[in-house]
Amino acid sequence: MTEMTKIETGATLMEVTAFLWAEADLLDRKDYDPWLALWDGQGTYVMPITEPGEALKSASGYAEALNLCYDGAKMRKDRVARFQAGFSISSAPPAQTVRTVSRIVIEAVEGELIHVRAAETVVEDKFGRQRLFAADMGYVLVSTADGLKIRDKVVRLLNSDGMLTSISYLF
Amino acid sequence: MSLDMPKFSDLDALYDEAEAKVATSMYEDPALFDAEMEKIFHKTWVWVAHESEFPDKGSFKLSHVGKEPVILVRDRKGAIHCMVNRCRHRAATVCEVKKGKTSSFQCPYHGWGYGLDGSLRALPYPEQYGDDFDKAQHGLLKLRTDSYAGMVFATFNDELEPLSDFLGPVKKWIDLFMKQGGGFPVKVLGEHQFKVPMNWKVQLENTTDAYHFPIVHKSFLQSLDGETEQVFSFLEHGRGFVEDLGNGHSVMVMMPELVDLDENLDAPIPERFSELAEELRGEGYPEDQVKKIVRAVGGAGFNLNLFPNVSFSLSFFRVLRPVTVEETEIRHIALGMEGGPAAANRMRLRLHEHFQGPMGFGSPDDAEVWERVQRGTKGGETLPILVNRGMVDEAEGADGPRGHISAETGMRAAYAMWKRMMSA
Repeated sequence: MTEMTKIETGATLMEVTAFLWAEADLLDRKDYDPWLALWDGQGTYVMPITEPGEALKSASGYAEALNLCYDGAKMRKDRVARFQAGFSISSAPPAQTVRTVSRIVIEAVEGELIHVRAAETVVEDKFGRQRLFAADMGYVLVSTADGLKIRDKVVRLLNSDGMLTSISYLF
Repeated sequence: MSLDMPKFSDLDALYDEAEAKVATSMYEDPALFDAEMEKIFHKTWVWVAHESEFPDKGSFKLSHVGKEPVILVRDRKGAIHCMVNRCRHRAATVCEVKKGKTSSFQCPYHGWGYGLDGSLRALPYPEQYGDDFDKAQHGLLKLRTDSYAGMVFATFNDELEPLSDFLGPVKKWIDLFMKQGGGFPVKVLGEHQFKVPMNWKVQLENTTDAYHFPIVHKSFLQSLDGETEQVFSFLEHGRGFVEDLGNGHSVMVMMPELVDLDENLDAPIPERFSELAEELRGEGYPEDQVKKIVRAVGGAGFNLNLFPNVSFSLSFFRVLRPVTVEETEIRHIALGMEGGPAAANRMRLRLHEHFQGPMGFGSPDDAEVWERVQRGTKGGETLPILVNRGMVDEAEGADGPRGHISAETGMRAAYAMWKRMMSA
């Protein structure tokens, strides 16, 4: 942030916001193949278990801890395949979701890497009951010739260390 | 217990032992649930913690015995105490930190202070209670505790048999299970927690239920490499069994070759562990230790279900907590090797995440079918729930009736104990 002018920051924020909203739209529509294509293939999708309010670490900072998920490229692909194959009773059909991503903060820009924080709220509906999730997110995005890509994504549920319920979709 | 609590005199109608039929109301009668909390969870040994969760003097963790919140703590000599998390003055909880270290517990309301052994140490302005106020009579309510192989149990029942007798033949299976430390002590690495709108007995039935595995967990099996998928196709192989171990406990052997992890150490290292083995060799571990650790990483080849609230499942502990008649909290506790190689513990964490917890490839499907059971019981109230599978060729095993791997022998063991405790 410190090395950027306000104009540059504004342009980046608009670009990042559009990207995260497009991702949120894919996830709500369970359109997972284009979601997988948003990744640059090098990083990790992590849903860590921490105390509420603890500062987020980089994705690799959770390798030695128990997480809700710690997915490299292969596990992301396997997870999506599981959702799509139709043999998982919890995700066939999955809960329907409506999510909002907001409170987007660009923390730093280092060369092609953009470090972003954001908030996400998800309401799911299944069996006539609704459940609410709130999460802090941390992204490392990569600026490429083909536009932004996701390197790492950390989603920490507000009650990640509390009593959760099973989840049949992605955050 | 209040005098107007129903007696449930017709226990035979709730669980028909000869026909192995369970009445639908077993999952949905709130009065029955209250009676279970009193007659089972207040009367038997209930698992509360693993010793590695509060290893040092002054370390503590919160837990539950049935519906009652308790604190597990080690005093200055390392002795374990379990006490109800409720100030003796006006009932406020004295601790709301899930785990940590302390030298005392102080009630936030009026400042009554308790020692690590639960004794009342001090209270502000005591003179208003008069000279005959006896602090010794106002300590935190203590439970009896005992441990086996690091597993800590507590009970409100001072008359109950010793833990060792309660476990009986379960102990040798616990010893086998703990071999997955690979030569290191077993340590808790973390836990997944999720609640399911179901009666607690729906979960109790599940840990020694092999019958559901290829159906509910097909999507997990599909995510495995061919060799590992074969390991998990235990129903198809049919080489295992389920055995009633007495007192409601049961064991389900899925992979006989992985029952004793100290045996077959010369078997070839499975493909999925070859990278880990290479890493350990690179770190200088001798070949015999590499084989022992790698063999331990995948866990034991059996599930051990203890009545009423804990099980040892392949490579983790499963703990259930009844919340209401139609809500149950589940914990899946990940285990690792204390002081063992980081690479091995990392692999155990990734294996745990693969199947367990709210985002696992297995647990969400379990949770879904359990909820479907609870939803299904709203219809056909008079229809029984069948747990008679495998009675046709059940025979005497080493410690009790033994059935086919897909037999519901473990459920029958649990319900027989349920009935024994409810009729006491």
